[in-house]
Amino acid sequence: MSSTVLSVEGLTLTVGGKALVEDVSFHLAAGEMMGLVGESGCGKSLTALATIRLLPSPPVEIAAGRIVIDGADVRALDSEGLRRLRGDRVGMIFQEPMTSLNPVFTVGDQIAEVLEIHRGLGRSAALARAAELIALVGLPAPREQLERYPHQLSGGQRQRVMIAIALACEPRVLIADEPTTALDVTVQAQILALIDRLRRDMGMACLLITHDLGVVSDVCDRAAVMYAGRIVEEASVAELFARPRHRYTQALIDTMPASNPPGALLPSIRGMVPPPGARGDGCAFAPRCAAPVEACRKVLPPLTGEAGHRAACWNPAS
Amino acid sequence: MTPLLEVQGLTKHYAGPHGRTLRALQDVSFTLAEGEVLGVVGESGCGKSTLGRAVLRLTEPTSGSIRFAGEELTGLSRHAMTKRRRDMQMVFQDPFGSLNPRHRVSTIVGEPLVVHGVAGVKARVAELLDMVGLPPDSGSRFPHEFSGGQRQRIAIARALALSPKLLVADEPVSALDVSIQSQIINLIAELRRKLSLSMIFISHDLSVIRHVSDRIAVMYLGRIVETGDAADIFARPAHPYTQALLSAVPTAPGQPKRERIVLEGDLPDPSAPPPGCAFHGRCRHAMPRCAVDIPALVPRRVGDDVALAACHLYEPVS
Repeated sequence: MSSTVLSVEGLTLTVGGKALVEDVSFHLAAGEMMGLVGESGCGKSLTALATIRLLPSPPVEIAAGRIVIDGADVRALDSEGLRRLRGDRVGMIFQEPMTSLNPVFTVGDQIAEVLEIHRGLGRSAALARAAELIALVGLPAPREQLERYPHQLSGGQRQRVMIAIALACEPRVLIADEPTTALDVTVQAQILALIDRLRRDMGMACLLITHDLGVVSDVCDRAAVMYAGRIVEEASVAELFARPRHRYTQALIDTMPASNPPGALLPSIRGMVPPPGARGDGCAFAPRCAAPVEACRKVLPPLTGEAGHRAACWNPAS
Repeated sequence: MTPLLEVQGLTKHYAGPHGRTLRALQDVSFTLAEGEVLGVVGESGCGKSTLGRAVLRLTEPTSGSIRFAGEELTGLSRHAMTKRRRDMQMVFQDPFGSLNPRHRVSTIVGEPLVVHGVAGVKARVAELLDMVGLPPDSGSRFPHEFSGGQRQRIAIARALALSPKLLVADEPVSALDVSIQSQIINLIAELRRKLSLSMIFISHDLSVIRHVSDRIAVMYLGRIVETGDAADIFARPAHPYTQALLSAVPTAPGQPKRERIVLEGDLPDPSAPPPGCAFHGRCRHAMPRCAVDIPALVPRRVGDDVALAACHLYEPVS
């Protein structure tokens, strides 16, 4: 596919020989929004950070895999190459906008810095562009915002500033790691609508990491469900929610209060996610699965199916 | 029949920045019947947590009345209040911060019994651990040996130790993953039935609130703006804020997308609330009157129905 801007193939991440993320592959086309969804510890954030090599190494090692962003082999880049990739061709937004912004610099300083470093703009040109970006992300009175410090902003405003920084160089790829988890629902709706509008306008590929299936269902085109370090299912959002194949995906949807009549007993998933190193030989979900078959505990199910919908399950739900 | 809990005009003011008064709770009134669950919902800063704490006088209210089982609580001495709290217990959001890491689980769960001089601590602790679904040997272990969901079970066991009549649960499942969340929601529902508990269930998550509540109170900037039967509010929200809040919730996977009301702007500063209705600056139906007159929470005619909403759009029922 010529329009693929981010491609991850066979990614395996280890810490001290234990695999945290195993054999993860996905591709992201220009203008596409893909969700990487799963519960705490499934490896979704590690996977996202690894794509731009933001993981501390040691302890985390990329043991195998190929990562290509906009034609560049990310694993082969030196520190200078990585510096040029991050913030330029790839923008990132994180969950906690307070800790991602520097408290002692103004909003204007922090947006302008990106443009000065990556685009070689002079101070006044960078600030002028920063004001445009602030207007783009929907903050009122852009010129005044430039003078403000992060503590003077609300959570939603800070996240808008983070988005302005991430978009400063018109990146090909935006990686958003739980961008709305710390925000209230009405503000979450604003921020998601903003990200959705901007990726359409700018033709940006967007990787959205979230634990919230509702968010995925609302804004993503495609989604990959991760469990215990592996992608267990991948499909278009409509297909994934209408005909989930993996028993874990099915169980996740069924267990949500919104999928059930008020007050009804929620179909729960028994047990807990196994820690790395205790995932067994077969499917890591088998001990918690409602419909395991003979093969599940012994043989790892491959991720199979047609191009638009793949699942790794020996006894698919549909 | 007198309600178990009757709160009238509850108000909590803090000293705010620049000599201003932060109005965390303004004139909040509601009742709670025996065995009933009241869901309190709203966004951060709306005062829902302050409300839960003020009802138990963990935060001293500035003014207002709290009648519990016919007895006025606001004038009680510290000592008398401590005794009264036998019947009123609380579960907090953070199952990591609310359990003493140096104490064994049996000490944590048994502490309320010791404080109130109840005999037979050991047997009661064993009974409680069994009731919340923890293995019998849990008592001799420390909190760090448990997962988030299990810790929340420990916190629930502690809260139930004295067989309270009222449980205030402040975001009890918000820190948990979906698959664990449903286990705890089921546990709370089961205990409520078994022990005929009355509950104030505080959450920002509307799908959880809908699932567990009989009645709902929606809060905005320190006030209840709408209250009523859970099914009615979800089917026919009257207050424009309730409407926006409900529409902002991500759609349940596989269900048709709703029309979304994306609110402009952020929550106003509670130490400098706007005059009139606090929501008028973000309201799409705002009228000149809304900026002047604070609407009272009284029965109002909404179409053919009557709703308890604080909004000038609807005429009070005379």
